[in-house]
Amino acid sequence: YQRRVREAVVSTQSTGSSGINAEYGQVDIPSTTGHFGILPNHVPTIAILLPGVVSITTEAGDIQKFFVSSGTATIHADSTVQILAEEICDVADIDGNAARAALEASKSKLASASSEADKAAAQIEVDVYEGMVAVA
Amino acid sequence: MAFPMLRSTVTLAPNATRGMATLKDIETRLKSVKNIRKITSSMKMVSAAKYARAERALKPARVYGTGAESLYTKNEFESGEDKLIVAISSDRGLCGGVHSGLGKAIKAAHAEKPITKTIIVGDKAKAILQRTMGDTFLATFNNVGKKPASFTDAINVAEEVLSHEADTVDIVYNKFINVVSYDSTTKPIPGVASIEANDAIYNYDEVDSEVLKCYQEFTLANIVYHSIREQECSEQSARMNAMENATRNAGEMIDKLTLAYNRTRQAVITRELIEIISGANALE
Repeated sequence: YQRRVREAVVSTQSTGSSGINAEYGQVDIPSTTGHFGILPNHVPTIAILLPGVVSITTEAGDIQKFFVSSGTATIHADSTVQILAEEICDVADIDGNAARAALEASKSKLASASSEADKAAAQIEVDVYEGMVAVA
Repeated sequence: MAFPMLRSTVTLAPNATRGMATLKDIETRLKSVKNIRKITSSMKMVSAAKYARAERALKPARVYGTGAESLYTKNEFESGEDKLIVAISSDRGLCGGVHSGLGKAIKAAHAEKPITKTIIVGDKAKAILQRTMGDTFLATFNNVGKKPASFTDAINVAEEVLSHEADTVDIVYNKFINVVSYDSTTKPIPGVASIEANDAIYNYDEVDSEVLKCYQEFTLANIVYHSIREQECSEQSARMNAMENATRNAGEMIDKLTLAYNRTRQAVITRELIEIISGANALE
């Protein structure tokens, strides 16, 4: 049984950083259908990402962790994976205190939000910061 | 026997004889062309700076864009009959054939099969298509081109697109090839209905309407963003080249005009001298 690796494209709009585009052994993603890991020959699927950590394990065993705010993941039949995140940052770069403070601020925004659109936007903020605090 | 001709030695002002331009005319023209050269030269430098920035931003956008459309490129989805065209241009001109190329591509598609729905980004495309396809405009965007587009702009366009029913969305833009060339490209994106109708999607596990809709929205925003970035890069490089040509042409005109100016100046002086001398001769 030959372990076949595949490409993962993880890129983001916000920082304009270029995609991390290489070959990996396993990718774990937080999606609306659950937190799951993708190995070569995974069944093709598309998934929506929740705020959480994407961790990428190379063949050599090094693990890279990124916090994503949201996005999509596409797994194709030829074992290529495209993960497109709206905003992304290295888990190591997350400042726990700043994240907690932002979480409090966004919670109060949610409480004071009036229209449906504002409530939805505030809820998204709360979700993202909760995810960050959990990771920090 | 020479007639003693009494002639006043008034220097005749150089007048327009036989269609030859007067000194004043040439001088005015020279001044205005020199100004134009200054303007086009500075526009070229500004475009060059913007182009460098746009090209840098294009690289990640391309990675992102091709990743986003992977679902559509790796699987054959049929394009539906009902098309919505999104034309991506900008508000500003003086950029060579960028906007007119786009207009031509859209008009050709319209001639082949009438287009009923369009969304226009940028005043230039709007102006070009207004006359023949004005009644197909569903929405137009302006204030495009002054600053590089942000993802939020792409989201706004994507939201507008998704608020209208269509089987396929065709995005028409100018793909950047290199500094001297670009090409108008049409990128078709199948709609949710067409994807669900296609068997290929069932290869993908655990996909329901909700997931597909969400996926489609985000993917469309990404693809629109990528297209806008390509268009920006093409436009800046085209403007840079156009202004470079204009500066060069202005330089050539200045050379020609300067020669004409000097010739005319010498001709005027010679004429005055002749008059003075012949006047002096006549008095002797």
